[in-house]
Amino acid sequence: MSHKQKLVVVGNGMAGARTVEEIIARGGSEQFDITMFGDEPYGNYNRILLSNVLNGSQDALDIFLNPLEWYQENDVTLEAGVRIAAIDRGAKCVLREDGAIEPYDKLIIATGSRAFVPPVAGLTTSQGGDKHGVFVFRTIDDCHKIAGYATKSRRAAVIGGGLLGLEAARGLLNYGVEVHVIHLGKHLMENQLDAPSGAILRNIMEKMGVHVHLGMSTAEILGDDCVTGLRFKDDTTLDCDMIVISAGIRPNAEIGRECGLTMERALVVDDQMRSVDDPDVFIVGECAQHRGRVYGLVAPLWEQGQVLADVITGRNPSACYHGSKLATKLKVMGVELASMGITEPQSENDEVVQFSEPKRGTYKKLIIRDGVLVGAILLGDLSKAPSLMQSFDRGSALPEERMTMLFDIGNATPSLTMLEMPDTTQICNCNGVSKGAIRKCVEGGKRNLKMVMDSTRAGMGCGSCKQLVKEVVEWVCDGQMEEDPSIHYYVPGVPLAKAELISAIVSANLRSVSSVFRDLAGGVEDVSSKMGLASLLKTVWGADYEDERDARFINDRVHANIQKDATFSVVPRMYGGVTSPSELRRIADVADKYSIPMVKVTGGQRIDLLGVKKEDLPAVWRELDMPSGHAYAKSFRTCKTCVGTEFCRFGVGDSTGLGIKIERRFQGIESPGKMKLATAGCPRNCSEAMVKDLGAVAVEGGKWEIYVGGAAGAHIRKGDILCVVESHDEVLLYMGRFMQYYRENAKYLERTYGFVERIGMDKIRSIVVDDSEGTADRLDAAIQGAVDAYVDPWLEAVAPATANQFNTVLNMVSA
Amino acid sequence: MNTLMKIKYNLGSASQIPPGEGREYNIAGRRIAVFHARNGQLYATQALCPHREGPLVDGLLGGSTLLCPLHAWKFELASGKAIMGDCDLLTYEVERSSLDEVLIAL
Repeated sequence: MSHKQKLVVVGNGMAGARTVEEIIARGGSEQFDITMFGDEPYGNYNRILLSNVLNGSQDALDIFLNPLEWYQENDVTLEAGVRIAAIDRGAKCVLREDGAIEPYDKLIIATGSRAFVPPVAGLTTSQGGDKHGVFVFRTIDDCHKIAGYATKSRRAAVIGGGLLGLEAARGLLNYGVEVHVIHLGKHLMENQLDAPSGAILRNIMEKMGVHVHLGMSTAEILGDDCVTGLRFKDDTTLDCDMIVISAGIRPNAEIGRECGLTMERALVVDDQMRSVDDPDVFIVGECAQHRGRVYGLVAPLWEQGQVLADVITGRNPSACYHGSKLATKLKVMGVELASMGITEPQSENDEVVQFSEPKRGTYKKLIIRDGVLVGAILLGDLSKAPSLMQSFDRGSALPEERMTMLFDIGNATPSLTMLEMPDTTQICNCNGVSKGAIRKCVEGGKRNLKMVMDSTRAGMGCGSCKQLVKEVVEWVCDGQMEEDPSIHYYVPGVPLAKAELISAIVSANLRSVSSVFRDLAGGVEDVSSKMGLASLLKTVWGADYEDERDARFINDRVHANIQKDATFSVVPRMYGGVTSPSELRRIADVADKYSIPMVKVTGGQRIDLLGVKKEDLPAVWRELDMPSGHAYAKSFRTCKTCVGTEFCRFGVGDSTGLGIKIERRFQGIESPGKMKLATAGCPRNCSEAMVKDLGAVAVEGGKWEIYVGGAAGAHIRKGDILCVVESHDEVLLYMGRFMQYYRENAKYLERTYGFVERIGMDKIRSIVVDDSEGTADRLDAAIQGAVDAYVDPWLEAVAPATANQFNTVLNMVSA
Repeated sequence: MNTLMKIKYNLGSASQIPPGEGREYNIAGRRIAVFHARNGQLYATQALCPHREGPLVDGLLGGSTLLCPLHAWKFELASGKAIMGDCDLLTYEVERSSLDEVLIAL
């Protein structure tokens, strides 16, 4: 005889079969002889897809998850079509309905649930027999019976306007029957929808030809042998010749209760999915009650089955099921729907974010409590469902600008849903990465955004597709993403967020990049962290920063922008974009003398000398006799100006003069991302100040509007007004204070447009303008320190900072 | 070529290459990149990135990892293996003499 233990599983539905799969996957076949009992004469099928079978879009054969061969192949004895009449826990055996006895060492109860039939009059004939035309909708057999009867039926009533009832209604339409849905509640699908979204769904259904009756309670089923109609509690009636009852489900828990297991709403289990009464009895699925909850959706079954399998096989005896947060994506009558958590706010403090466009069948609603997503409904447009489901499941922090949780703002919006989008669609237009390449990468085990970006290079060009890349990753992961702790770090190689990193740097007095690696990263010099650390240290220490040139990108080592052929571009500073004949002559002479292949005007109103050899840089700078324009650095770049009041007939403020002052003050100031500025002399905004990192726009009455967080590159965003002031000096003051706040609080490479959205304009305004935290003086002093520390880097033409700073090729000594 | 004896070249003082950076040498008509890590370790590889011929000596060096300055392909310098990118680098034997000179064998 076998030395194995005997495992008996009562129930061969989705929960039972999946749990057995999990047990086998953990080597359970070596430990157990497994016997399964199912009262349907089939293998295990996907009950969720029954509606497809009813509406004819799928054949019954196609919905089997475990066909009969699966049981043979896996050495599982399946007794299909055999009901278990009773369990004898004392004798450790189950009693089959045919009288035979099956002993067990371990027992799993997975009997699921059955359709609930409400107590109405006339369910059966007056003799107590089955009344023709009355059905429930729960099994394959139900499906076939409904379909058979519907072909000769003219008008059908579905009792119950929940998910399953609507699926049945949708299926019945295909048989040419007039379909009425009778629903007790005030709106459809109360478990998943609120009243407005329920109303939208009702509207869609009625357009498809389904009649919906709300707030109707059925009193009696009319007709003698056959159904002829329904009578309601208000004594109105509806003629019909067929009824499908879909009024909810009830756990099949009696078999457990009768053998003495604790039953409340279902059979009570502990966190190991074990009966609280018997260590050899496990319960899984819709017949189990865990921490007071009974689940009727499929995702919790998977989680329960995994825990049960871990425990019963001893793979992890202390595995714990902690309960599931319910989030589902459904398609009801062709309408896409996602629902998670609660559907209505439960206190005044719950924050509700809502969008409704009933005409197009679109509805979105979020419920946020203490900054965490506790509920959401999406109808019609599910493009944001993956990220919302992840936020909901993890309880993760939400963007300050809630609107971005509902819509893609400022990004190219994918016109297709993820499912519809073909694999060939190019997601990253800089590096040419397709959706299919990302999908393969995730399927190959790279289950978070950073790993996918590192591996495929998607999102690592201009970065504007990063959100879309993230959505593809989330979609492929389907909620199974791995947490990447480094996303919270300021740089990947030092495990600290920005604020903690700054305080560690200050308290340990670390002034160089190598000392940070030595003291805070276990001595590991991470190449991807060097530039970010260099930028931060310069911000923290100003003139006292210990500069190590190898921590800089080549552009910052030689103060020019590297080009594809390893030459450099040279952009001299022209304050406010204003130049002079003598400067232009010098530029022309230098271009001639050094055979500079291209001279071009830049987007920031400067002159760019392109194709300069590295060795020529010092001489070019000396002969230009102009300071660096910093067109290569993560720093203050330029301040574009219009001609303002000086020549323009519309100008209301001296924008040229202001631009020059701004540029003289803030030139070369390092920042987490580059800062491009502009000043406009009137609201015509010719210099595009409203879409700059910082901008000042003159308005009538001698005032200046200060804009922050604008962008018009890979990402496009109109800036937010920080404040309105009355003088050039005030513009300089508030711009400087904002810059310093940004320098201290932004992530490395985070541009102002991302920064203001992440922090929120209200908070920024209160700190920078209203001085709500009493930090204004300190911020002003810090930016003044940075201004005072400015040195024109092109002076290194005379005094190089390192050996061979401008030499790429060195000569050897001998062979 | 493989059957021929390798020739050793003296590239001069290691201090010519600032710590944590690289410089290129023209050796018998071949362009070779030599890197001088902060811990004193020397590495020698082909001079141009196999991707789009970026000048590797202008890249960013951290430990033995190098980032190409043009499109951030990433290489492990001791082995030449690409960490990010799909083509490896040729590497060369390099050592430091007792006089602090860089000696390379090609």
